[in-house]
Amino acid sequence: MLVVVCVKQVPDTTQVQIDPVTNTLIREGVPFIVNPYDTHAVEQALRFKDRYGCRVVAISMGPPNAEATLRKALAQGADRAVLLSDRVFGGADTLATSKVLAAAIERLSKEDEVGVVICGKQTIDGDTAQVGPGIATRLNFAQLTLVDRVDELDLSARRIKVSRKLEGRHEHVEAPLPVLLTVVRELNRPRYPTVAMRLESADAKVEVWDNGVLGLDVNTIGLKGSPTWVSRIFSPERAKGEMLGDGAHDPEGAAQILIDKMIEKDLLAL
Amino acid sequence: MQTAIFTTLLVASLLFFGWSVYRRLSLVLLGQPEERFDQPGLRLSEMFLYAFGQLRVIKKPFGLNHFVIFWSFVILAIANGEFMVNGVFPTLSLALLPEGLHRALLLAFDVVSLLTLFAIVLSFVRRIVVRPAQLDSLYVKGRSPEAFVILSFIALLMLAYFGMHGAIIAQRPEAAASAMPVSTVVAAWLTNAGVDLSLVESVSWWVHAFVLLAFICFLPLSKHMHILTAIPNCYFGALTWPATQPRETFEKGAVYGVGSVERFTWKDLFDSFSCTECGRCQAACPASITGKPLNPRQIVHAIKTNLLENGPALKDGRKATLPLIGDEGEGTNTEDAIWSCTTCGACMEACPVLIEQMPKIVKMRRHLVETESKFPEELLNLFENMEQRSNPWGIAPGERAKWVSTLPVKPFVAGETEYLLYVGCAGSFDSRAKQVTVALATVLNAAGVSWGILGKDEKCCGDSLRRLGNEFLFDKMAKENVEIFRERGVAKVITLCPHCLTTLKNDYRQYGLELEVVHQSELIADLIKKGRIKLDGGEKSLGKIAYHDPCYLGRHNDIFEAPRTVVQAVTGEAVMEAERHGRNSFCCGAGGGRMWMEEFIGDRVNHTRVDELLAEKPDTVCVACPYCMTMMEDGLKDRGAGEVKVRDVVEVLAEGLLHKKG
Ligand code: SF4
Ligand code: SF4
Repeated sequence: MLVVVCVKQVPDTTQVQIDPVTNTLIREGVPFIVNPYDTHAVEQALRFKDRYGCRVVAISMGPPNAEATLRKALAQGADRAVLLSDRVFGGADTLATSKVLAAAIERLSKEDEVGVVICGKQTIDGDTAQVGPGIATRLNFAQLTLVDRVDELDLSARRIKVSRKLEGRHEHVEAPLPVLLTVVRELNRPRYPTVAMRLESADAKVEVWDNGVLGLDVNTIGLKGSPTWVSRIFSPERAKGEMLGDGAHDPEGAAQILIDKMIEKDLLAL
Repeated sequence: MQTAIFTTLLVASLLFFGWSVYRRLSLVLLGQPEERFDQPGLRLSEMFLYAFGQLRVIKKPFGLNHFVIFWSFVILAIANGEFMVNGVFPTLSLALLPEGLHRALLLAFDVVSLLTLFAIVLSFVRRIVVRPAQLDSLYVKGRSPEAFVILSFIALLMLAYFGMHGAIIAQRPEAAASAMPVSTVVAAWLTNAGVDLSLVESVSWWVHAFVLLAFICFLPLSKHMHILTAIPNCYFGALTWPATQPRETFEKGAVYGVGSVERFTWKDLFDSFSCTECGRCQAACPASITGKPLNPRQIVHAIKTNLLENGPALKDGRKATLPLIGDEGEGTNTEDAIWSCTTCGACMEACPVLIEQMPKIVKMRRHLVETESKFPEELLNLFENMEQRSNPWGIAPGERAKWVSTLPVKPFVAGETEYLLYVGCAGSFDSRAKQVTVALATVLNAAGVSWGILGKDEKCCGDSLRRLGNEFLFDKMAKENVEIFRERGVAKVITLCPHCLTTLKNDYRQYGLELEVVHQSELIADLIKKGRIKLDGGEKSLGKIAYHDPCYLGRHNDIFEAPRTVVQAVTGEAVMEAERHGRNSFCCGAGGGRMWMEEFIGDRVNHTRVDELLAEKPDTVCVACPYCMTMMEDGLKDRGAGEVKVRDVVEVLAEGLLHKKG
């Protein structure tokens, strides 16, 4: 059985600034990192591999330099890496992206059954959390989002039991395979690659698939296939706050004011 | 008859001795290669200083005691040699030597034997009555019978020696009596006691013979093996102080770090056979003192035990069975112990036989990080931050030069700027350390020093990574830094932090980069000396100042005086010294990457250190390292002594300048 894990190379958003004039991201000199949620997805896939002996395939859609992200997954222990890279994939929104990824997974499933697909809950650059569910929809897989614990994967009964981390509560759910999971950071602690694995992965092969391989209608993917586009990016203006109470001399009083305010704005769940 | 029995026993003992020594020392050859044969002249002189001069030994209480025992051993080796030869070939003896020389030797043997007897009595008293803390730990308790056996052996040898010679002199007074004052006294006692003199003579002779042979057999099996190995170990000791660790080569199929005993170098293994189990390292180790599971003596001992256990299998090309790193047990080091080390070097400073404990610990960390990917979870963030953002906090690299906002600071340009100020991560990102950076910049400007920075292009030096055993990442970062320094034509560097200092100076040397690196405290001390900074020496605002020696400034890089002279120039008074200071200073707890780890076990090292400093009742604690700064400030707050200020040495100077102006 294959476990497919989707990873994305993203700009290190803590280092991204917005050009106040053009309202676009300044990307020059900003290093790329693996989308942090995806590292937990990779770890989960590897745990399935350690436990059940599944093969792990890491896939990513992106420009040729996104290969580095896949190499990282290989260094951690993924068996195979496929980069989906083609000019016609460029400029895609979440819909068009999920189509390409779904097509790639479908293609992989011709080689071996794909039982589980794992994605990070969202990427830190787009923050939409739509691609995972989009893939599940296109593939007609069950989807379990925001997974923070995997309780059981029963390969013979073809079922999976997980816990989902929702606001203020947890949900224990079960679904049949094939399934798509999106995962949160609490799920696990990603493993640190050993030196041997790093060296091994440095010259391991990363397959590159273009649209010639996937054969999708170019009008349904990339910029052309994207019904949404970004019209403006800006840093929100932050209204200057006011000083309340006297924290230096009366910290308790100041804390009381703060708590009252929070209750007033309904920010505290009582 | 006597000759035949003795000869047989002697041959058997010598064979057993030879076999035991061979069995042990041949295991040393299982280790990896390491160059320790260069510069024989220098090595010989070190050997004389430390082994024959017992330089480190005599520094400690009861050290003189060992000095006496050591030299008696050397001298009495001749006497015992004669005893054995004479036992086999009764016609051969020292009496064949010229009369004067023979008498001189007899005198020496006689006096030295008495001294030894005194020293042994003292050793007994020390072990039974005084009981130094380091001989009292759980670990040692089980082993002390061995020490008593050896001490009794030596005492018996001496007593038998006097019994034998006393009886001989009592029977044949012409037997060089005048050269043997102690034995002559014994002879008088024996005569007065009216005992059977020939019986005393032969019983003493046989006791002497048996004890000597037993000693020979027992020696290689015990910690007294050091009698054979300590001297060569001093010869093969590190010629430069081991503040750093050796490089590794990264290629497919290579093994990283030490996860199994044969992965140590031969010298590491030889070290383990040279350990005298004196416990000096343990008594100096901040981890041991604060109740962590690390004891440097035990690390060394576990290597020996592990080697003895696994050696035969390894020799046959089979795999080791007793793990070197694993659950607690004889011959195994625990991960907790390995991670407790602050790499402060106090153990190496204390060891009388020049054993290098710290690099061994780092080598085992390498195995854990690089091969097993097993390390305390806090370190995962550190490693990722270092790799992605080249600083321990993971702050955006673009913010590295933000501290300059209040000052005009020039970039470093080769040919135009004399010094590169390598600010380092703490000085760039840590809000408290940034104040130190600003103080340093102000002082440098006031003295008219030509300096510049790399700004956003500066990268982390990688110190913590190397000490934590992440050599792979360190190697990558070191290469990048070396490249930047070469490209920019950097020759002279000022560092704010002793960790940057040691890395740029001692570690990057392994990458072929020879920089002239000075720590800020050295530079400012020099500027004061040259009169480029003028002070009136009457600054009182900081009150009484106690100085804490940072390990990587002091012990690892020999800078003890500079910070002290700076403070004295500012205040007109010598700094207050903590009980442990200078070479014997006590770590703040943050070195060796411990800065980035939780401290769950035992007392906190910084609390222990702060208590010691507070005992002097200072108004200000002066440090010269950003890690020490954090540890001291936190420790003082925890101890409810927040009113005691913590200042970097350059801040003390800046304060002096400020008040002078004002
Ligand atoms: S380097 Fe310091 S902390 Fe580490 S074992 Fe030696 S004395 Fe202990
Ligand atoms: S390693 Fe050195 S200091 Fe420590 S017990 Fe052995 S001989 Fe003594």
